[in-house]
Amino acid sequence: MIKIGVLGLQGAVREHVISIEACGAEAIVIKRKEQLDEIDGLILPGGESTTMRKLIDKYDFMRSLKEFAELGKPMFGTCAGLILLAKNIVGYDEPHIGVMDVKVERNSFGRQKESFEADLDIAGVAEDFQAVFIRAPHIVQAGGNVEILAKHKERIVAAREGNILGCSFHPELTDDHRLTGYFINMVKEAKK
Amino acid sequence: MKTGTDRVKRGMAEMQKGGVIMDVVNAEQAKIAEEAGAVAVMALERVPSDIRAAGGVARMADPRIVEEVMNAVTIPVMAKARIGHIVEARVLEAMGVDYIDESEVLTPADEEYHLNKREYTVPFVCGCRDLGEAARRIGEGATMLRTKGEPGTGNIVEAVRHIRKVNAQVRKVVGMNEDELMTEAKLLGAPYELLLEIKNLGRLPVVNFAAGGVATPADAALMMQLGADGVFVGSGIFKSENPAKFARAIVEATTHYQDYKLIAELSKELGAPMKGIEISSLAPEARMQERGW
Repeated sequence: MIKIGVLGLQGAVREHVISIEACGAEAIVIKRKEQLDEIDGLILPGGESTTMRKLIDKYDFMRSLKEFAELGKPMFGTCAGLILLAKNIVGYDEPHIGVMDVKVERNSFGRQKESFEADLDIAGVAEDFQAVFIRAPHIVQAGGNVEILAKHKERIVAAREGNILGCSFHPELTDDHRLTGYFINMVKEAKK
Repeated sequence: MKTGTDRVKRGMAEMQKGGVIMDVVNAEQAKIAEEAGAVAVMALERVPSDIRAAGGVARMADPRIVEEVMNAVTIPVMAKARIGHIVEARVLEAMGVDYIDESEVLTPADEEYHLNKREYTVPFVCGCRDLGEAARRIGEGATMLRTKGEPGTGNIVEAVRHIRKVNAQVRKVVGMNEDELMTEAKLLGAPYELLLEIKNLGRLPVVNFAAGGVATPADAALMMQLGADGVFVGSGIFKSENPAKFARAIVEATTHYQDYKLIAELSKELGAPMKGIEISSLAPEARMQERGW
């Protein structure tokens, strides 16, 4: 069975676990870097990216996370997770994990009262995906090898570069598991 | 495109799970909290222990303080409005705070009715001591809960009582037959539909943090162990001897609440926690938890 980890330092971990299990894969909450060896793919959940970063450093996760990506094992970042994956962050000199060739802007749709739900057309996934955006970032620039999967009001909100998938919104907050399913297929392909 | 939906409001609280929300009274404290790994800050004019000491009427903070904190950090900023004070809540919403706490820490403006929180685009967190109170607040539109504890005391005993009570009552509802729920709703003073939802979900439909008395890393870990989704720390951090160190230790203890060796390590030489108050020494009218209906 495919094993998908969810980085469990902070944030919407339980929702991703439910979504992974609904797709027929095994979910493992990752609290220690050693656990990364057990899994085929990793989801970086929504939460507060600054908090997660502090805890990633504190528990010496950074090098292991980079190695995980270098091994070609798939990673999927949602909202704060996308910020952790990006190589460039508007207003910051350094990225976090920095394995996806995109530039993201944090909280780019505004504060919480501007948070919203919208229907998205996600290439290869769904034409009618209900996406929940919460103090969401968006992709300002994408490198040449990045495939743009979805836009909302001309802003890139989902993209894929090789084995790395990222989105601005929270697929784990609805019962629509198609994007998680898409990621699990990426993991199956990578494992072949 | 829709803003202010239940999913967006509840989802915002989901993102805070496993985290610590810290009370701050200025930009400098807000930065210390963010640097320590807080998932949000609560902007206040005074922390609860100072509200107790000052006496008189406690109101919404000066908007200047809230604004200063909002400008200082990139994590979400919460602020407190008095129970039932429609205008304080609207003012905070207009300023763009990310979450409003309709809070018993402030002096209530209405002794009969809480805010109709469904009418707002901004989400609300409210306090509770039992499932009835929790369910009434959710019924009014609260999209996040926190057990009340006894704010500003540095004494965890009330927080323990409340989180145990709420979770025991949730377990009871989950285990009940459906035909027993209406009577339970009547006894609790809770909306029937909400109890049905809790039974079907097997848990509360919104995130429930613990608050009111957390003073040490072990206190924070205790609340997580008793089933809280995260922790509010009020006076505990900035009334301690070494706030930055305390803040970091409380964040870590919350993340790894079952790693006792780690909690031992990070509790070493923290300096003195806030002094604390024995609950029985508080006059009934001085208990903030009794506010709210």
